[in-house]
Formats: sequence, C-alpha cells, structure tokens
Amino acid sequence: MSFQQQLQLYPQDEIIRKIITTTPQQIDRALQQQRVNIDDFATLLSPEITDTQLEQLAQCAHRITKQRFGRTIQLYAPLYLSNECFNGCKYCGFNADNKFTRKTLTMEEVEREAQFLKTQGFRHMLILTGEAPKVAGIDYLEKAVKIVKKFCSSVSIEVFPMDTEGYQRMVEVGVDGLTLYQETYDPKLYQQLHPYGPKSDYNYRLDAPERAGQAGIRRVGIGSLLGLGNSLSDVFYSGLHALYLARKHWRTQVTLSFPRICPADGGFQPNTIVNDRQLTQFICAMRLLLPDAGLVLSTREDALLRDNLLPLGITHMSAGSCTAPGGYGAKDKDVEQFTISDGRSPAEVANLLKSRGYEAVWKDWDGAFLERAADD
Amino acid sequence: MDHLIIAGRQFNSRLLVGTGKFSSNQAMVAAMENSACEIVTVALRRVDIDNPQDSLLSHIDPDHYLLLPNTSGARDAEEAVRLARLARAAGCEPWIKLEVTPDPYYLLPDPIETLKAAEILVKDGFIVLPYMPADPVLARHLEEVGTATVMPLGSPIGTNQGVRTRDHIAIIIEQANIPVIVDAGLGAPSHAAEAMEMGADAVLVNTALADTPDPALMAQAFRKGVEAGREAYLAGLGGQRLQAEASSPLTGFLRND
Repeated sequence: MSFQQQLQLYPQDEIIRKIITTTPQQIDRALQQQRVNIDDFATLLSPEITDTQLEQLAQCAHRITKQRFGRTIQLYAPLYLSNECFNGCKYCGFNADNKFTRKTLTMEEVEREAQFLKTQGFRHMLILTGEAPKVAGIDYLEKAVKIVKKFCSSVSIEVFPMDTEGYQRMVEVGVDGLTLYQETYDPKLYQQLHPYGPKSDYNYRLDAPERAGQAGIRRVGIGSLLGLGNSLSDVFYSGLHALYLARKHWRTQVTLSFPRICPADGGFQPNTIVNDRQLTQFICAMRLLLPDAGLVLSTREDALLRDNLLPLGITHMSAGSCTAPGGYGAKDKDVEQFTISDGRSPAEVANLLKSRGYEAVWKDWDGAFLERAADD
Repeated sequence: MDHLIIAGRQFNSRLLVGTGKFSSNQAMVAAMENSACEIVTVALRRVDIDNPQDSLLSHIDPDHYLLLPNTSGARDAEEAVRLARLARAAGCEPWIKLEVTPDPYYLLPDPIETLKAAEILVKDGFIVLPYMPADPVLARHLEEVGTATVMPLGSPIGTNQGVRTRDHIAIIIEQANIPVIVDAGLGAPSHAAEAMEMGADAVLVNTALADTPDPALMAQAFRKGVEAGREAYLAGLGGQRLQAEASSPLTGFLRND
C-alpha cells in the first residue's frame, strides 16, 4: 500500500473529529499503553489534555528518550546555498513573487561557508536551496556536496523533491540525509499555499521521502509547517507518514521536525497559532508513537523554550544558524528565509547542554566509511 | 466483520491447525471441526501424492479447508523448493508453508535457507507462509522478498512452552505490513490468547491438539482462546499506570509566565 492510499484510510474531517472529541478517560488509557499505536497517538494530540496528563506525557517522553538516546543532543548547522526559487509558497521569504536580488553561492563561497561552520565545531551540515533547477539543480548540488564533504563527516539536503534517480545521484556523491517537509497534508490548502511552480504537485512531494528511501538514503526527515493548516491533523499525518516510512523503508532512520511558522519577508500571517503548550504536547506524543525517531528542534524557537523542551524528546538541534545564503562568511546579510529566534552561538548552545547534563554530539556518522578508498 | 486476510484471501478463523501426531484420523477430523479452522497444514512427506485414497488427504474436505502443504523435513532451500514444486505438480493450490529445519532435535528453522527458499518460491508464483525464528530483521527480509505472512515461533516446535519469544514477536508485530502468525510451541489456549492479545493476526497449533486425551474438546478450547485474545486486542487492553513524579515537573515552564 502506498502512502497516498494509506492517507485515504484517514480522512481529515474524521481525524479532527476523533481528536477533538477525545475524553480525559481516553487520554488516561492512551498514557497507560506500553506501546502507543496510531489511534492512541491521535488521542494524545487532544486539546482536552489536562496539565496533569500533559506532565505524565512529558515524563513518559523523557523516560523513553533517555532510554533510547541517553542524554545527548546532536548539533547540526544549516548551510543555505541558494535562495533562487520558481515556487510561490505564500509563507516563504524565498517566494518567487518576492522581489530581491537572488543569490546562488559559487563553489568558492560554498567552501568558505563550510569552512566557517567547521571552525564552529560542526561535522553535520544540512545544505538548503530553493527550487531553481537551472541554477541550483542536481548537477550544482553534486559539486557543492563534494566541497562541503571536505569539511564535515555527514551531509544532508533540504532542497527540492527529486525522482529516484536524482536521489541515487545524491547518495552516490555522499549525501546521508534528506529533509523534506510536506508543509501541510491538507491537499486543498496545499494548492492554495503553493499556487504555481513545481512544488504545486502535492503527490510528487508526498512520495519524495519514499523515493529517497528507495534510493538508499540513510535518514529521512519529514514534518509539517505548523501554522499553515489544522495542526492536529497535520501532526497526526506527520506521525502516520513517519510510521509508514519506518515500516516500509526499514533501513532508513526517520526524523521529525516541528517547525512553527516564523515571520518572513512577504508578510504571511499564520492561519493558526500553535502555542508552546501544544508544541510541547505534539513533541511528547510523537516520542511515544516513535520511540526511536530523531526529533529535531531548530533555531526557529527561542532559547528559553528550546532549553525547556530539551529533556522532552528532542535529539537534534541546530545552533548559530543563518538562513541567508553566504550569511556565515559575509558581513552584509542577504534576505533570510525566515527569522531565527535563538541567536546563541554554537559554543553557547553546547555549554548550555553541558550545564543541563547533556552531551553535545557534533559527529555521529562518517560518510568516509562508505567510500571505496576506505577499503584500501 | 473482522477477517484474516492472507494474499487477498479472506478467512473467518484465526486459528490454523496442523495435522500431525493425531492418534487417529477421526480424532484429527474432530479437532479440525471443533477448532472452526479454515486452513490446515499437511506435511507433504506424509502424503502419498499418487494415491487419491491416501488416508490423510481423504479425511480433509477441500471445500471446507484450504490445504496448506508444508515442506517439513527439508534441510535446505533446495530441498524445500523441490518439495513445494512437487505439491503444486500434484494439484495443490500454490500455497506453501515453508519449513526448513536442518536441526533434527529442536526442529528450529534455518533463517538463511528459509530466506533463500522464500525468494525462489515467491518468484516461482507461490504464496509463501514461512516458519521462522522470531527475528524481527529476518521478518523484514522475508516481507521484502514477498512472503504472504511471517510465522515466528513462540517456542521450539512441540514443546508446549508458550510465547517464550514474546518480546521479539512484539517487535515483529509492530513492524510487519503482512499478517503475523505465531507458530510452534503454543501448548495451551491461554498461550494462544496471549499471542492474539499482543496483536498477532493468527496462530497455528498442532501438538497441543494432538497430544491430549480429548483433541476435540481441546480444539474447542483453543478456538475460544484465539477468539478471546483477538477480542481483547480489538477492545484495547488497559495498561499499567505510570505515575508522574510530583517534584520538578517537566512541563512547569508552561505555567511560569
């Protein structure tokens, strides 16, 4: 069964109704399960959850995370290569309608940025582009990955969806991870928010993580952009999608993110507000559904909240991020994709982790293991 | 209605019955009837394929039961594939319970040869139900090569020890996209109920029915055990309460504004 088919089994209005009609007794029951299934997960997303139940949920999430991951947080840095984009995503600063001078890094600039991140301590880098295949397509990415790899041990991409062959080329050049958010799993809203450009194809994007799994990528990160659609159904479908990928492409590790929409150039106003309490609930519920999934929290969130969410299930964090291409090395900042909220340096974040009894993990994999030269 | 579906075929019963070790064919038939099973396994090595009056087969009504030949006795993939092809050549449906058990003492399934044989048989058009060690990674591999189910053992065959591999079977159930049938070692209806409560799709029982003074009554008890376990699974079992610690709550920051 494809994920598109599986989605049909969970119509959005039914899911939302199920979640909002949950009773406190049902939440109690779900909290008592040794292993949470997709129905329990829906229950745990209920807005009716009491403070006491939320604390219990957090305790469970903390316990499972400590058991599976220990007290460690992996740090990574985003590396923006290009803000050129043909898409019209209404919430994004790189939206093609947004008039500003576009920039795609030259290979020299890529090298300078990667070098800077290495001096900051990063060994896991996530490279990002918009969707402009002619200037920053697969050929460009291949070249850029080869350069970035010289400065780190693991490269992930957060770019445009590719076909299986495209992902195979990424794997061959040494990409270990893919991040690709569906943004919203509501197909109608998706069309409104992505009115033109290649990204307007909902299903092509939906199936992309699976194509990456087929291509043998080691990690796939998914999620929805909270604030676009109904967050209850979007978080539910993110969990369902992760579960599907984990079952079908079982050699690939799934990670999930919980990005809340941030102000961006273009003045998009969120349709819904996910408050801190709900975000906390979503992260903890996801941990119960997927004990072994990586859960990612970026610098979209402010320092205080990030520190408080630390013990509740988070395993990966970015730090010292800049969301403008060339922003690490250059003095003048270009247009950012979104504004970050946690402006602490990587060293400050690492120190904070230490003071909380957590170990900052800078390196957790080495692409060099897979290179042929390693056999010699 | 809650059906078991294997390779697109629908069954009402979630209890599969093996036909070995009964003291008489009459006892076997009585057990089959009282179990309400719809799938019965038959060891191919015991069947005289050329003889339509074979005493075992003549007691099993093919309109009532799906006859699932097994490859018991096969010691490697090659032997298992040969046995399966013989069964099909003899007119059996292309369903095969794959058993590769080189160890004659505990009859433990050989994971490597089972996977090899499964891949060959699936390519050959068989609907393959493999008996396997309760190894979650092997279950993934078998599913990937296209088997219709996985059949992890609860404990060594014929030992009546119950679901000793419980923790690994739980992982297999959690991860499988195909039916999980707990096979081997279920010695009491409570064992069958336990497997079904865990979310197994079905169980297979043989020794526990054959090795009792009253196979018909035991078959009825197993039917009830399977049904009880299934219903409990569907209803949703209550869990153990995990109390929150009273001090330093993790969510206190949400109320500190």
